[in-house]
Parts: sequence; C-alpha cells; structure tokens
Amino acid sequence: MEAIQNKLVGPVSDEMALVRAAKGGDDSAFEELVRRYDRNVFRIAQHITQNREDAEDVVQEAFLKAYGNLAQFQEQSKFYTWLVRIAVNEALMKLRRRRPERTVSLDEEIKTEDDSLPREIADWSPNPEQIYTQSELREILSKTIQGLPPGFRTVFVLRDVEGLSTEETASALELSVPAVKSRLLRARLQLRERLGRYFQKRESGDGNQ
Amino acid sequence: MKCSEFLHELTNYLDGVLDETTKVELENHLSWCHNCYVVCDTTKKTIEIYRDSQLYELPEDLRSRLRSAIMTKCQQHKKRGPQSV
Repeated sequence: MEAIQNKLVGPVSDEMALVRAAKGGDDSAFEELVRRYDRNVFRIAQHITQNREDAEDVVQEAFLKAYGNLAQFQEQSKFYTWLVRIAVNEALMKLRRRRPERTVSLDEEIKTEDDSLPREIADWSPNPEQIYTQSELREILSKTIQGLPPGFRTVFVLRDVEGLSTEETASALELSVPAVKSRLLRARLQLRERLGRYFQKRESGDGNQ
Repeated sequence: MKCSEFLHELTNYLDGVLDETTKVELENHLSWCHNCYVVCDTTKKTIEIYRDSQLYELPEDLRSRLRSAIMTKCQQHKKRGPQSV
C-alpha cells in the first residue's frame, strides 16, 4: 500500500521573498500572498466553523491580522504555517461566539485509548465515491466531518486536506507532536467509521442505509 | 504484531514514516488479518476522499471580492498606523 503523499504549497524561498517585500511596504507582494493562500484559509476556516459567512470573515480577519503583524513574523517558520495559526485562532473564536454553551478547545478532554477502536469492520464498495453524485458526496463528507470534535477535525484538515506536516500542524496549533498524532489517528478512524455507513459494500437488492 | 499494535502504528504507516522493520511486521500482519487490512484500506480511502473532495472551494467571484476587501482594509490600516488591527 502506498503512503499518502502531501501536497506542497508553493516554493518556500519564493514565499520568503514575497514576505520580505511585503514587510518593506510592497502591497502587491502581500496581495500575491493572499492570492496564494486564500483558498486554503477559506477551506480551513469553513471546516472549523462549519459556516460560510464565518469562513468569509475569518479569511478577511486572518489576512488583515497577518498584514498588521508582519513585522513580528520572525521568519523561523513558513509564512503559511504562521498564517494558518492566525486563521485557526480566528476560526475557533468565531465558533466559541456561535456556540457559547459548548466548550471549544483544541485541548479538549481525550477519552480512553479505546474510544475510537474500530467496531465496524465491513469492507467498502470498490469506488465508494462513485455511488453518489458530486453534490450528495459533498453533503455526506460535510455532515460527517461536522460530527467530529473541533480539535479533531482541525488536525485532520491541516494534516490530511491541506497537507501540512505533523510538525507544521503541531506548530500551527501549538500542540505537541504526540498530541497531533493521537488526534489525527482518532479523527481518521472516526471519519472512516462514520463514512462506512454510506460506503459499505451492499448485497444486491439490499437498500438499507 | 497484534491488532492493537497495528492500530497504534497505522497513522505512521499511512504517512510513510515507519522504520523498515516495523513496516515489514505491519505488512505481514495485514497479509493474514483481514479486519486490519480493511481498516487500513478504508482509512486510506477516507483520507483520499476528503483530500480530493474539493469541499469548501472558494468560488472565483467571492474570492476576488474578499481579496479586494482585504487589500482595501490593509491600505486603510497603513494610513491609520499600526494600532488599528
């Protein structure tokens, strides 16, 4: 089985050149950074907030904060990782405001080791994504990830959707590497189990969900 | 390797960061333990489906509206000075 390959987000040296130009007052360089990462920030924000308007606000606020604090960016990490950290914080703040009754934290209580042990082992159809139309599939994926605690879905999105490394994810979320790995495993297993309800291999003529 | 050990190494395995010895042990386990094979395969599919889903793509018209709003606010910020963010 092949390992999952990460997506790379732009050449780093080029990114640093843009950051330095932006620090020096070149707004077109900053605009280029916006152009480069706005889709990623929007995706991350919507995964965390599960709300489109909030995600739009987060994109604006995150870039504006990055712009205003560019002088403080130390260039020890990638600009993108730094930007993601700002965006995640903005998104979590939105979520807290929207759901004050629920605790929203990346450090939420981790249950026992057994809580995500697979219970459902049945195999999936060979091409599960083809059972549904594109919009049905998006609905299923969105509903499924929404059911995950914010701390889990944030780690999953940064690692598996956006392709940040474990170390970059840890740095962006201010978590330890073991904490990221533990949340990632649980997130992946929980999503797998929930998606199984839609993707399981069915006997012919069996219409049960 | 036991099933619980497989599960413990699953994330490292899927991320391609396992050392060679553990990888061989894990793949040996997968060759006879059908349940773990299914868990491994469907977890991998879960990741791929999400990664390829184009969930929450930013539409181009909204994208340019957001970008011009950001740049306008940045310029206002520059005029007003650093305390305004």
